[in-house]
Amino acid sequence: MKSDIVLAGVGGQGILSIAAIIGLAAIENKLFLKQSEVHGMSQRGGDVQSHLRLSDKPIYSDLIPYGKADLIISVEPMESLRYLPWLSKSGWLVTNSTPFINITDYPPIEEILKEVRKVRNHRIIDADRIAKESGSARSGNMVILGAASPHLDLPFSSLQNAVRKQFQKKGEDIVAVNLKALIAGRNA
Amino acid sequence: MPFEIIVLRSMQKLMLLGDEAIALGAIDAGLSGMYAYPGTPSTEIMEYIQSSSEAAKRGIQREWSANEKTALETALGMSYAGKRAMAAMKHVGLNVAADPFINSAVTGVNGGLIVVAADDPSMHSSQNEQDSRFYGKFSFVPVFEPSDQQEAYDMVFDAFELSEKYRIPVLFRITTRLAHSRAAVERKVSEPEKPFHLPSDLRQFVLLPAIARRKYKALLASYESLKYENRLSKYNVFRDGSNRKLGVITCGIAHNYLMENFPGSGPDFPVLKITTYPFSKDIIKDLTERCEEVLILEEGYPVVEEGLRGILDNNLKISGRLDGAVPREGELNPSIVAKAVGIISDPFPVVPDVVKTRPPSFCNGCGHSDTFNAVIDALKPYKIDGVFSDIGCYTLAALPPYSIINSCVDMGASVTMAIGASDAGLTPSVAVIGDSTFTHSGMTGLLDAVVKSSPVTIIITDNSTTGMTGGQKSHATGRLAKICEGLGVASEHIRTIIPLRKNHDDNVRILQEEFGFRGVSVIISARECIQTASRHRKEMSSENKIKE
Ligand SMILES: Cc1ncc(C[n+]2csc(CCOP(=O)(O)OP(=O)(O)O)c2C)c(N)n1
Repeated sequence: MKSDIVLAGVGGQGILSIAAIIGLAAIENKLFLKQSEVHGMSQRGGDVQSHLRLSDKPIYSDLIPYGKADLIISVEPMESLRYLPWLSKSGWLVTNSTPFINITDYPPIEEILKEVRKVRNHRIIDADRIAKESGSARSGNMVILGAASPHLDLPFSSLQNAVRKQFQKKGEDIVAVNLKALIAGRNA
Repeated sequence: MPFEIIVLRSMQKLMLLGDEAIALGAIDAGLSGMYAYPGTPSTEIMEYIQSSSEAAKRGIQREWSANEKTALETALGMSYAGKRAMAAMKHVGLNVAADPFINSAVTGVNGGLIVVAADDPSMHSSQNEQDSRFYGKFSFVPVFEPSDQQEAYDMVFDAFELSEKYRIPVLFRITTRLAHSRAAVERKVSEPEKPFHLPSDLRQFVLLPAIARRKYKALLASYESLKYENRLSKYNVFRDGSNRKLGVITCGIAHNYLMENFPGSGPDFPVLKITTYPFSKDIIKDLTERCEEVLILEEGYPVVEEGLRGILDNNLKISGRLDGAVPREGELNPSIVAKAVGIISDPFPVVPDVVKTRPPSFCNGCGHSDTFNAVIDALKPYKIDGVFSDIGCYTLAALPPYSIINSCVDMGASVTMAIGASDAGLTPSVAVIGDSTFTHSGMTGLLDAVVKSSPVTIIITDNSTTGMTGGQKSHATGRLAKICEGLGVASEHIRTIIPLRKNHDDNVRILQEEFGFRGVSVIISARECIQTASRHRKEMSSENKIKE
């Protein structure tokens, strides 16, 4: 088993929590794991990504080679395209449709979605709306993770356990909201 | 400690960033003092030690220093007293600390001393991509360059031992990808701290010429012994192969990028993995004598490649960054390496045109944006195109819609460049510098300005934190006005403003009053960083909850 995942978004959108949750689920399943993160300047509203590599064998590189990613999970539509060079021909792209606009030359959203639809295996979901409907506008990242979960080689129950672990310190309410968002995303 | 616990602990695996692996390695290897100034990608080393309950229990020293030079000197003092110390910084921080670093090689150490320099090839968060291995050569100090998180942890133990055996600092070089990537790390049995003991030769640290000459001779001799030592190091591994056309030398993390391309049994050509420097010619000969061609894969500058080209390129084809087999600049990745060893030849896939660059920007509600809006309006009557500035979140005012700062060179340079430009006739000559940058390296420049009564206006953006690197404590907090007064700035020209939209007109007026003054003025623009402010609010409310 090998699963190479690129997580994409804008600094502050919570991709490191997605990474942490997949990581915890991978550990529960006794997999090897490497997870490269972006810390530093880009975290101030710039583009950020994380390479997450799971395998049942030892992993060498912290970075995924071009064309080898099995999955791109993006909490922002334009950011999902920035990492297309990494996606394999049979890989999946799962992205939020709601743009995060903090630059003046942000392209029309239709042009972006047109480009996303060119990818053979893609899913576009309105994570912001689904998050709001499931009770917390701030858990769009969990909705996206839920939507991507069928393409992850991990039991859904492990992801649920990982969400519990990740948010446990913040209290039962926060855990419940995030689990609800995860499930809503999976069923979307 | 009962045996079971030792066994359990030694089997414990943790998911750690490379930075955290170094930190934990240091704690487990008996560290007594950690000294650092924040800087991407090195920051998490100190942060891990600060948040470690084991470090707290042991009373390991772990406060931020004012800058990298003070950090390294303090670590050297800890070493003088016989205990193990570490100083950590980003690559450009080692420039600031270069004087104590190079001289500490000559003095030598007493307790083990490790200096960690985290390089940032591709300049993700930096002004340049200098390769710290050069400092190793420059100062005759051994360099360790771990290839993964486990090695980063393990090598800390070896580095301390080597440091004490040869009584020399060890430079620990990592790059961004190792610093900021997580993998499982297995802990070893931890070692006790070293007892307090002064150096046996109390003249050791006195670099008067007569002593320095003697020490320097010894340093040169030890560099030769280190080459022998590294030949035996278990971290430098030669792996033979049947295909002798090509041989590959990998340095540090480049080894992983190579192996990634040969899943299963690995490459069929010989590979020499180098993780410690200096190395002897013999170790290279294992490879070069077998192969027709040698490819060198190193993250950063062509340090090893240049070394080999001088001596061995008679009958041997050498390739690497200098002949274009590997790009001359930027960090490596597995795909670049695949191309260099000839596994792939197609051009790399490209990003669709519709994707625009997304540079970082001020957070919503950041006080810096109000400061710069006031500066922009205050400068309108003058025919100057901007101000000097420095390194921090406030540097983002170089980008639209502000586009108001014309410099960002090295920490503190805004103040001194403003003095120089004013000497040349620029009026008003204005510098904008962050509070942490100011106490890092701005204070001495301000003293220069005071001594010659330069007509400069220094705006200190005081957000009570070291923002850009994630909100570490700032040495300046609560001390700025007094520092400036102490340096000799007249108190009526130390003005404080609060950068809020509702104060805009007042702030513009105050700025213009000081722009008009033909002497040194300081304007402290004070409002807490909104990120740390919201963190503090959350901490307060959870503390209150606990109290309830
Ligand atoms: C010599 C050196 N050390 C460290 C850094 C890393 N660094 C860049 S910005 C920054 C923080 C500056 O903080 P401050 O001046 O308070 O400004 P803020 O980001 O809070 O606006 C640091 C530590 C650097 N670029 N150069």
